[in-house]
Amino acid sequence: MRTWVLGDNVDTDVITPGRYMKFGIEEIAKHCLEPVLPSFAKQVKPGDIVVAGRNFGAGSSREQAPAALKHLGIAALVAESFAGLFYRNSLNLGLPALVCPQARQIRDGEELRVDFDKAVLVNKAGKTYPFEPIPPHLLQMVHDGGLLAHLEKRLKCRTTS
Amino acid sequence: MMTLAQKLVARAADRSSVTPGEIVTCKVDLAMMHDSGGPRRVKPMLERLGAKVWDPSKVVVITDHYVPTYDDESRKIIRIARDWVREAGIDNFYDEQGICHVVLPERGHLRPGMFAVGGDSHSPTGGAFAAYMFGIGATEMLGVLVTGEIWLKVPHTIAMDFDGRLPPGVSAKDMMLFLIGRFGLDGGQYQAVEYRGAAIRALPMQERMTLCNMTAELGGQTGLIASDSVTQEFLNTKVETWESDPAAPLLGHHRFDASTLAPQVAAPHSPANSKAVDEFKHVKPGVAYIGACTGAKLVDLRMAAQVLQNKKSRMKLMVAPASARDVKAAEQEGTLKILQDAGAEFLGLGCGICAGYGGNVLGENVVAISTTARNFKGRMGAASSQVYLASPYTVAATAVAGHVCDPREMLQ
Repeated sequence: MRTWVLGDNVDTDVITPGRYMKFGIEEIAKHCLEPVLPSFAKQVKPGDIVVAGRNFGAGSSREQAPAALKHLGIAALVAESFAGLFYRNSLNLGLPALVCPQARQIRDGEELRVDFDKAVLVNKAGKTYPFEPIPPHLLQMVHDGGLLAHLEKRLKCRTTS
Repeated sequence: MMTLAQKLVARAADRSSVTPGEIVTCKVDLAMMHDSGGPRRVKPMLERLGAKVWDPSKVVVITDHYVPTYDDESRKIIRIARDWVREAGIDNFYDEQGICHVVLPERGHLRPGMFAVGGDSHSPTGGAFAAYMFGIGATEMLGVLVTGEIWLKVPHTIAMDFDGRLPPGVSAKDMMLFLIGRFGLDGGQYQAVEYRGAAIRALPMQERMTLCNMTAELGGQTGLIASDSVTQEFLNTKVETWESDPAAPLLGHHRFDASTLAPQVAAPHSPANSKAVDEFKHVKPGVAYIGACTGAKLVDLRMAAQVLQNKKSRMKLMVAPASARDVKAAEQEGTLKILQDAGAEFLGLGCGICAGYGGNVLGENVVAISTTARNFKGRMGAASSQVYLASPYTVAATAVAGHVCDPREMLQ
């Protein structure tokens, strides 16, 4: 699906502005990236990929930032690097955050497919952009759909065993 | 040979030593939440899991983002927090007592050697007490509340060594804006940043908190300062010494001379846009704001008062003090009166305008100078507003001069 390419240091105040934090995720998602891409929330389609440069998600611990992107159907976040807190939040929500050293080469609107097995992004012409695999200790959690689902599974196992 | 960060993580992981880069599971000594990312988010998830808080005595809840309440949504959020602490059996609840990062140590919840998490990005503030403390999101907080544990990649340490002594009119905020300008928003590489040197040891506790607080803007996971007599005096109890071994390997070691540092100002829309105050003398803000965990503690109010004594603000000057105890102390010693006489308008206790969550926000095209931590686009209100970050000294001097002003000119 198509990519939406952003710059460096895209912060959580821009991804999900503070004044909407009092609402639920449906409302917050309508304003996702509003200060920099006012039409993003309306135009984005499920399966699209957001690509950024360095330090994607700088700033707040507000989990609504990756949650809004996930709510809009974003399939993966790709960046040269992520802010640590945002990275943890994304994976905890089951939203793949992929560190891709060549993220800067990806063009806005480029159609990309994520191949998790080979750890590459592939465009229509077959060009590949490798990404660092999700750390092994987090793989099962991401696979389960995030930390909440992962805990649910663990607790269920405990009660049934 | 271990750094302070390694020692703290090793203790929490119940290991004799840990190596940077390895993944460990740590036992959490303390989990702090506020009204926004706390009860209203974790309560439904706990209910879905049918789980209870692992140890209510280790949880602290503080309302600060949506107080004072101003509409139905904010009232609902605060009501959830108040009800939930009762249901969950959490006694450590501070309601409208100030900002979480300031109230937590003020009420004696932090000790050197602890391993703590906070549901807020400015949680590295706790590192000023030689505790490993960092920010996490709501779902990760749920994980902590259910298991009492969290995973961590053992951090490398980047040492920021400040020799000499800060000159009058220059503060921890200036040190921090300087560092962020120099190293960028990701200069901390999500590792531990340790502040050291004679100038750091000379800082009072609340100034150390300002420094560690904005490790978030420097991109570190936590900011740390070794415990010493200053820590002990603030906590008013005997504390253990927690410090790095002198020969422990570092990822980076940067040395600066604090005595030559000038007041710093960060231009919109990033704390990394910081330069010496002289570069901004042409800027004429309409609003001066003294607020936030990083800019309105007692020590910050005193800095502002030092400049504002017998002077009047030429612009709208707003003050949102960081804690109830600090307000009381400021009132008793006369600091509050100086601010009032200078024309300051006081907002309620809490995060105020800083994160744009509350009833007050900056309007369209407003230019403000602020003691807060972040000036990202639209954070404090309208996307068209322009926020300059500076120390309480510089914000106060600017309020008096009507343009960005070096506070040292007014302190002579």
